Amino acid sequence: MPEKVTLVVFSGEMDKALAAFNIAIGAAAMGMEVSMFFTFWGLNIIRRNEGSTKSRGMMRKMLNFMNRGGSKRLPLSRFHMLGLGKWMMGKLMQDAKFPSLDELIATARESGVKFIACTTSMAIMGISKEAFIPEVDTFAGVATYLAEAREGKVNLFV
Amino acid sequence: MKADATLDCIGLYCPMPIAHTAKKLEELEVGQVLEVLADDEGIKEDMPAWCRTTGNELLGIEEEGGGYKVYIRKSK
Repeated sequence: MPEKVTLVVFSGEMDKALAAFNIAIGAAAMGMEVSMFFTFWGLNIIRRNEGSTKSRGMMRKMLNFMNRGGSKRLPLSRFHMLGLGKWMMGKLMQDAKFPSLDELIATARESGVKFIACTTSMAIMGISKEAFIPEVDTFAGVATYLAEAREGKVNLFV
Repeated sequence: MKADATLDCIGLYCPMPIAHTAKKLEELEVGQVLEVLADDEGIKEDMPAWCRTTGNELLGIEEEGGGYKVYIRKSK
């Protein structure tokens, strides 16, 4: 039985997402079974970059207009500077030949990392299943997370 | 040291070297030796940790000219 690793990805910033995917990819490379639970702002990481955002109700429409999501739209948690900081960080990563977030997402997928989206956050924020990238395996809640986490040796909250 | 295969991870940072190593080792037979070339210093600690966790044998790490050659024997 491989050891289990779970990550709760609550944050929706690019740098935090990079850290989460780094750990996930590393754990998978070490033969561990990895699940990433995306909740709240973390859902933005696995939302499609393209396509429309459909949600019901004025407030949800406004929220999804401002909180569009998608791996390419995530801000930096520090020094975002209206996107200039993020652009610079992207440039530095490129110079260091470090993979982009999209490449890390693809690598995590190839190494068998499971992506789970939190249905409660989706309902509150008015995000439909269609808003997510096709790599998302499961739409589930806290019981699914805990069932995995109780068997996990490494459980992280990002 | 003689190796059955070589994996070039020059210019790659954590976690890519171990991710590529795990994938490459799948192609090898048990008992064969993989040589990993890397220049991220973290490899000196990471590869032994990776080997301990996955049950593969670390034969050695050679350091030369700012780079590292890591030798791993596939053990299972």
